[in-house]
Amino acid sequence: MSAGQPPLDSPEIRRLSPVIGPGYTYGSVTEKISSIVLTRPTSLGWFIGFAIAFSFMGLMTIAIGWLIIKGVGIWGINIPIGWGFAIVNFVWWIGIGHAGTLISAILFLLNQKWRTSINRFAEAMTLFAVACAGIFPLIHTGRPWMAFYMMPYPSTMGLWPQFRSPLIWDVFAVSTYGTVSLLFWFVGLIPDLATLRDRSIQKPAKIIYGMLALGWRGSARHWHRYQSAYLLLAGLATPLVLSVHTVVSFDFAIAIVPGWHTTIFPPYFVAGAIYSGFAMVLTIAIPLRKAYGLEDFITMRHLDNMAKVMLATGLIVAYGYFFEFFMSLYSGNKFDVFLVQQRLHGPYAPYYYALILCNILTPQLLWSYKLRHNVAVLFLMSIVVNIGMWLERFVIVVISLTRDFVPSAWGRYSPTFWDWATFLGTMGMFVTLLFLFVRVLPAISIAEMRELVAETTEEKQ
Amino acid sequence: MKRMNEHEHHEHPGHEHAEQPHEVTRPEGVLDLADVRAKLQSKTGKQYWRSLEELAEDPRFEELLHNEFPRQAPSEWDEGVDRRDFLRLMAASLAFAGLSGCGRTPEQTIIPYVKQPDGMVLGKPQFYATVMPFGADAIGLLVESHEGRPTKIEGNPEHPSSLGATNAFAQASVLNLYDPDRAQTVTNYGEIRTWAQFLDAAQAIAAETNATNGVGFRILTGTITSPTLAAQIQSILTRYPKAQWHQWEPAVGDGPREGAKLAFGSYLNTVYRVEKADVILSLDSDFLGSGPGHIHYAREFSRRRKLPNLPKPNPLADQVFPEIKMNRLYVVEPTPSVTGATADHRLPLRASEVELFARALAARVTDVTVRPDSAAEHVAPPAGSEKWLDALAKDLLQNQGKCLVVAGEQQPASLHALVHEINATLGNVGTTLYYTQSVEAHPVNHLESLRDLCADIDAGKVDTLLMLGVNPVYTAPHDFDFATKIKYDPVTKQKKVKNTIHLSPHFDETSELCDWHVAESHYLETWGDARAFDGTLSVIQPLIAPLYRTHSARELLAAFTDKPGISDYDVLRDGLKAAYPSADFEKFWRKTLNDGLVAGSAFAPVSAALKFTPASLPAPKPASADELEFIFRPDPCVYDGRFANNGWLQELPKPVTKLTWDNAALISPKTAVKLELADEVGARGGEHGKIFTNVIDISLSNSKVTAAAWRLPGQADGVIVLPLGYGRKKAGYTGTNKGFNAYVVRTSNALWTVPAPATVIKKTGDDYPLACTQYHFNMEGRQILATGTLEEFKKNPDFAHDGEKDRDKTKQELSLYKEFSYPGYAWGMAIDLNSCNGCNACVVACQSENNIPVVGKDQVMRGREMHWIRIDRYYEKVENATHDASSYDPSLANPPTFFQPVPCQQCENAPCEQVCPVGATVHSAEGLNDMVYNRCVGTRYCSNNCPYKVRRFNFLRFQDWETPQLKLLRNPEVTVRSRGVMEKCTYCVQRINSGRIEAEKQNRPIRDGEIVTACEAACPTQAIVFGNANDPSSRVAQLKAQQRNYTLLGELNARPRTTYLAAVRNPNSELEKA
Repeated sequence: MSAGQPPLDSPEIRRLSPVIGPGYTYGSVTEKISSIVLTRPTSLGWFIGFAIAFSFMGLMTIAIGWLIIKGVGIWGINIPIGWGFAIVNFVWWIGIGHAGTLISAILFLLNQKWRTSINRFAEAMTLFAVACAGIFPLIHTGRPWMAFYMMPYPSTMGLWPQFRSPLIWDVFAVSTYGTVSLLFWFVGLIPDLATLRDRSIQKPAKIIYGMLALGWRGSARHWHRYQSAYLLLAGLATPLVLSVHTVVSFDFAIAIVPGWHTTIFPPYFVAGAIYSGFAMVLTIAIPLRKAYGLEDFITMRHLDNMAKVMLATGLIVAYGYFFEFFMSLYSGNKFDVFLVQQRLHGPYAPYYYALILCNILTPQLLWSYKLRHNVAVLFLMSIVVNIGMWLERFVIVVISLTRDFVPSAWGRYSPTFWDWATFLGTMGMFVTLLFLFVRVLPAISIAEMRELVAETTEEKQ
Repeated sequence: MKRMNEHEHHEHPGHEHAEQPHEVTRPEGVLDLADVRAKLQSKTGKQYWRSLEELAEDPRFEELLHNEFPRQAPSEWDEGVDRRDFLRLMAASLAFAGLSGCGRTPEQTIIPYVKQPDGMVLGKPQFYATVMPFGADAIGLLVESHEGRPTKIEGNPEHPSSLGATNAFAQASVLNLYDPDRAQTVTNYGEIRTWAQFLDAAQAIAAETNATNGVGFRILTGTITSPTLAAQIQSILTRYPKAQWHQWEPAVGDGPREGAKLAFGSYLNTVYRVEKADVILSLDSDFLGSGPGHIHYAREFSRRRKLPNLPKPNPLADQVFPEIKMNRLYVVEPTPSVTGATADHRLPLRASEVELFARALAARVTDVTVRPDSAAEHVAPPAGSEKWLDALAKDLLQNQGKCLVVAGEQQPASLHALVHEINATLGNVGTTLYYTQSVEAHPVNHLESLRDLCADIDAGKVDTLLMLGVNPVYTAPHDFDFATKIKYDPVTKQKKVKNTIHLSPHFDETSELCDWHVAESHYLETWGDARAFDGTLSVIQPLIAPLYRTHSARELLAAFTDKPGISDYDVLRDGLKAAYPSADFEKFWRKTLNDGLVAGSAFAPVSAALKFTPASLPAPKPASADELEFIFRPDPCVYDGRFANNGWLQELPKPVTKLTWDNAALISPKTAVKLELADEVGARGGEHGKIFTNVIDISLSNSKVTAAAWRLPGQADGVIVLPLGYGRKKAGYTGTNKGFNAYVVRTSNALWTVPAPATVIKKTGDDYPLACTQYHFNMEGRQILATGTLEEFKKNPDFAHDGEKDRDKTKQELSLYKEFSYPGYAWGMAIDLNSCNGCNACVVACQSENNIPVVGKDQVMRGREMHWIRIDRYYEKVENATHDASSYDPSLANPPTFFQPVPCQQCENAPCEQVCPVGATVHSAEGLNDMVYNRCVGTRYCSNNCPYKVRRFNFLRFQDWETPQLKLLRNPEVTVRSRGVMEKCTYCVQRINSGRIEAEKQNRPIRDGEIVTACEAACPTQAIVFGNANDPSSRVAQLKAQQRNYTLLGELNARPRTTYLAAVRNPNSELEKA
């Protein structure tokens, strides 16, 4: 910390960066947020952005179609590297999907008011990321049309999934997480949907928003029930934030592959997930507030807080890396020791160093108050962390498989065009959904912002 | 081989028809066309057709028509046929055609399924004995037949060249039968013709030839060991006294033949008794991996490598080591072979230095023994080999009469003569080897034979050339330029040879230049005979009627005689009848067919007086150390090119290099550094697939070839091996344009070895991807393959378990899941690494048995080959693990090489089973790790979690579902897998189940050895043993109880059912110290 800078949590800082800009009333908040959806003309930029994203999504559709026609052999996977981009991307997307629920549920329970303006789109992002993630386990199977075998259903053969397999745990963990996240998001949306219903001029919008608002009238009883439900769902979602990535990490930790078989994986994966999730929230928030002039709602305070969370989780991840190495060397297990050597000197060493650079070294810049308050730096940093976290999954999933127990079976992996097409395609799908989201739903919770206005005015008074 | 005995050997059903009474009591009078005409002359209308029916029932008429070339027909035609006669004959033919099926059905092979043949149960395979002729050998086989379709090759335990085992070629030969690219009919200038049209043409040529006493009539064949075929050729030569028979076998040298002639004055055949030899020296001979009798020799050799259990040494008592009679193998060779990899001591020498080495050895061996006069001739051995030579000579001299020196097929006559002399001096003749008359029907110097033919063609002395089963345009030395000898010259508008007739299984490089091409029948489609390496007369029994309009060499030759229609079957029977007259020929015939050989027909040893002294050899030419030496060798997978279109063999990793789908110029690591050649691991597939290597131009003997260079540890420095058999231009879909054609730079004056300066190699600057299934050869200090020496083994019988901490503790208590007990059978496998020589027979046997698809070079390069059993090759004592080509690692000069076959380990505590989300891989009550293909969704998690990486995934639809021929090939007892499912070794569960059914029917337990897995059955060295590990008396349980038995990656506590027995080498202590 440089001299002259006020202590981090001092009142000055709070004053300098409020959670909502000054001078807002209930009406202006409602007007400002709902206008994005209802009254403002759709900008050319939106159309261009949507077109680009949608064409990538189209690429994904083609890639998946070709995959179903030809088989997973169109990817770069082989023996010994049975899992490639598909699983790397799955874990990456699932990780990104962590921030939303964490922000809405855990920070809600911890009464962190600053979460209000970012929770809505963070939750949306979570849902879209889980949707992207969910594609991969399905299509990466050799026979995706048989993937329902992984569901527990009463088949006439009396066959059930094999419950010892972490992949089955995954099916439950991810589908539960997806369901609860969706419910949580939707429940939070109800008052805002009612606002949109009331404010929209066109008849179809009125009908659609009206149906989605489930008859919300804003009565005290409604608010009472709404808040209990929201609280309950927050409580329900909180353990899921921790459990999903724990279970995902079991896919690796349960296996005996050196580099996978590590007990540190569950906490380290959860921390990594939050890390990448916050990075992705920043990646989305910064252009969003710029494009729609929401600087007063998503203030520097928010960005600063998210950067701090990133720094903290980044340090946990660094701790994880360190102890992964330490335990490998300390165990004396020759396969684990070899793995460490491979990461440092093997054919994929550049990826490992890039990962350290992205995930550990670069984020240390966030210690600086100035850089934390530089939007451009934060945006870049969030991209770097996203890349770093993707590399982490690549290093864990792929590189561990390239050189395991029997040297004769060692191999290498390199993605094909179709690997990239599917990966970029899911990004396209993610961005497409985000574009649609900001266009048809309030990206910031109107109801909660109004609450915030009430509270801040109270504070002032 | 119990499994086969169970079903007993059957003779081919086809011959039973021949035994019908009417065949035996054939009417004396023979019907000819005149009789037919007389019979039909007066008949009209209904009567006419009734007469036809009568005729059709008349066996004499049947014979007449069946004989596609009716007796006297030519004279009939000569006399002029009137229209009426012609139409009547046509009508008769047509009427009969309806009765007999189609014209090509051979009369011996009709199996009426309404009358179920003896011993045939639908759905149960039958086994028939036959042999695969291969060069100067014939490999005895039992062929599995499913409802008349041969599907799987097994060895014939009673046949000396098989002893129940096979090699990769024999295993893969069944795919040749169903090769969709086979030539399917007779063609004339590429136009389809009938056999009858060919016969007309042949008879016309025969008539011309007859008129000139055979001037200009030439036959070119490969090595022929078949007495009947040779007799047929001889009879042609007798009929046309001026005709000549030439032979050309491209991949076997004249050295063995001419060496025997040099040493003994006549062409003699050498048969080894490897089992009796305590010390063996191979001089560039791959006698365990190729050449006549190699399966037999590998079996005998391995018998002397099987080790017993040893008592624990007592450190307090005097060390009295138990006597173990293990043989010792020295190998001197330019390039690593299967034999070299098995050796206790291996010395890489240039091919040209081997003779020098042998001379020095001869001097050392003789000067202290029988001939003091030869003490004077001191021959300096190749530099650096003195110490080795001294130790070797001492060892040989200490084991006189119990040692054996073997010379390589590609080595010159002088070396063979020297070796005969050394063996004689050491008293080995009659003990560890014996001589017999030549197995070849007509031994000649092949190179001279082909040279004569070419010279005669150039001199215009050849009018008719019959080429039987050879491909000289591809294989002849390039200075002979065989193509111009037979092809039509558009400038002069003529051909040097008037009539060229080619018989071959594919329409190949030679066929397209010939007038006539006759599609050759596969050995599984014809009757015939051949001699094995020891002279045993073996019978080729067909398993199936020819799939296409193909013909055998015998039929083709007969077309040029006065008996053009004679069948192979009759030729064989008549030949055997004449050679083995017996009162009850029928009994003899049945027994011969049942056994696949004529009992006791092996050649008797002949005594041969040595007429040779090393002094008579011309002074050796010292090889210049600066020069490179190019040597030609048959490829271990496609041989001389004849198997180029065989996908199984193309995709089979070559034993030492582990390359597939290509050949490469093999270069020692040191020479590669000198020539600045490098290779690089490809990003996709990597060490388990794709290696980029430099492309070099090799300008040799006024010709040039472009090849991929491959660094091969253990190769002699300065030697560059150019494997033959690749670069085919017209082999078929699979084999065309794979690798480079080494024949292009092979000339008649340097058939095997070409010295050349280093400047003949030019880097083109390009890189070429090679499909190599195992690039990494270092065990990285892991106990993957336990090895030791005999001394170490005696001192510490448990050496294979050194480094295993708490061996007894890595058991039950470490597993989360509850233990299962296996009260019934517990199937297990033990693989003796001391026996395995990496020959690959098991890999192809497995592929054949289990319907394993061929995936092609591109997929192999992506690391997706499908073999259920792979053979890992490791080098020991390799210091530098990296493949940095820029720096030379001296430990790669001659590293000890070991092979390890790795099928599914069938773990009791299987890592794959625990992670499968759908339970598609589950444990059976007998301990098998079963794959349920229907249930598999293809997550590949099991493969990731398999520490042995033995699981194979159908990344794409690898199986060919369309080609009808390949449908016939498949084993009906094994599921054909589709894409998206995992597969792996099942311990041949289909064989286990059929064994169980058999045993349950008889209400008894399954006997040890009753169930034999495909890999075990094929193994020449009996390295693989399968059985019930619960039965302490079973072979597998006894092997597992041995001290050498260890578990691959035992520390993982996967508890595999497949275990290994450590390899023990028997080095000479004198050389060890050095």
